[in-house]
Amino acid sequence: MAKVLIELVRQHFPGAVLEAHAQHGDETIVVDPPRWHEVATWLRSAAPASMDMLSDLTAVDYPDRDPRFEIVAHFYSLTRGHRLRMKARVGARDGTGARIRSLADLWGSANWLEREAWDMFGVVFDGHPDLRRILLYPEFEGHPLRKDYDAQRIQPLIEYRDVPDIDKVAPFGPHEGMSFGRQTHARRASDDGADTEVFPGGEPS
Amino acid sequence: MGELTGAERRIVEAGAGDGFVTTKAEALLAWAQKYSLFMYPFVTACCGMEFMAMSGPRFDFSRFGAEAPRFSPRQSDLLWVVGTITQRQAPILRRIYEQMADPKWVLAFGTCASCGGFYDNYACVAGVDKIIPCDVYVPGCPPRPEAVLDGLMLLMDKIQKGDKRPGVVKPRTDPSTSQTHGLVQLRRRDSVV
Repeated sequence: MAKVLIELVRQHFPGAVLEAHAQHGDETIVVDPPRWHEVATWLRSAAPASMDMLSDLTAVDYPDRDPRFEIVAHFYSLTRGHRLRMKARVGARDGTGARIRSLADLWGSANWLEREAWDMFGVVFDGHPDLRRILLYPEFEGHPLRKDYDAQRIQPLIEYRDVPDIDKVAPFGPHEGMSFGRQTHARRASDDGADTEVFPGGEPS
Repeated sequence: MGELTGAERRIVEAGAGDGFVTTKAEALLAWAQKYSLFMYPFVTACCGMEFMAMSGPRFDFSRFGAEAPRFSPRQSDLLWVVGTITQRQAPILRRIYEQMADPKWVLAFGTCASCGGFYDNYACVAGVDKIIPCDVYVPGCPPRPEAVLDGLMLLMDKIQKGDKRPGVVKPRTDPSTSQTHGLVQLRRRDSVV
């Protein structure tokens, strides 16, 4: 069904579809970024497509690729019951120049989804009515789901308490329900599995 | 509560005649405080389900006098931090804590509140003790109701003793001997008659 749709898109927009594949009902097109909005408008309004629902819009960071980011939109047609995934590749390897035209004028749901993609990946959506952070706070610097964001970096809004051992790990060990987490693994590696006492002066009785 | 048993008997001394006992004012005050904990539930995540089970009739922490939830921090003295605290929420939690009148206690309910658990990332506070002092940690994801009851009783014990050091609820199962102490045994379906 949607394979036909891919052919229709190719016919309507010669040269805009850079790649396409269809496997197990999983139809995908990769379009030229400048024509992203144009193709989306057609998918939204043309009768054979009728993509009246934007189920998801997000980004993927491939740090070794150029262009680095892949914008992924998932469309669904409630009337025709078919789906299509549309991707576009933007951004230089150093993370700059990641911009694409916003789809918020076509689907209302694109508004928040694009804000999330901006928040997490720093992709700019041109023409978005209100491109602010949606999950993180305005004081946050950087975009945490970029692969070059330091995994250890936190940006607290308030200062941590000034007490000794504030960076201590969980006050209990793996056998007490704490078998996961980066801190626990680091501690296990350094202690060779031994449970150390975290309260100086011994466990209160 | 009416009859004095166990630990409570140790804090009172029988008087010379019938009908009165003597004790220290602090001990009496602590005894009253531990049985009248007004709680403020700061519920942010899935541990809230376990908290609801705790307040329901099956496990029922109102047996310990911790019955009435107060949604104003000024009227409460036990802060239950139930669930993950994000960096964005941290100022709110600290403000709630600061608004509570002394004496006040904090119970970290579950792994996320105690140490962040696997939410050890850019968005979350890895343990509420980074921003407010904690009295009792209840590990588990989510903790079993027995563990929460143990935590509440541990806190009551600390209030009675005036012990300000933090405490951790220990598991009821001994991992070395695999002995269980009062835990519900899960059975296979075919063994249930």
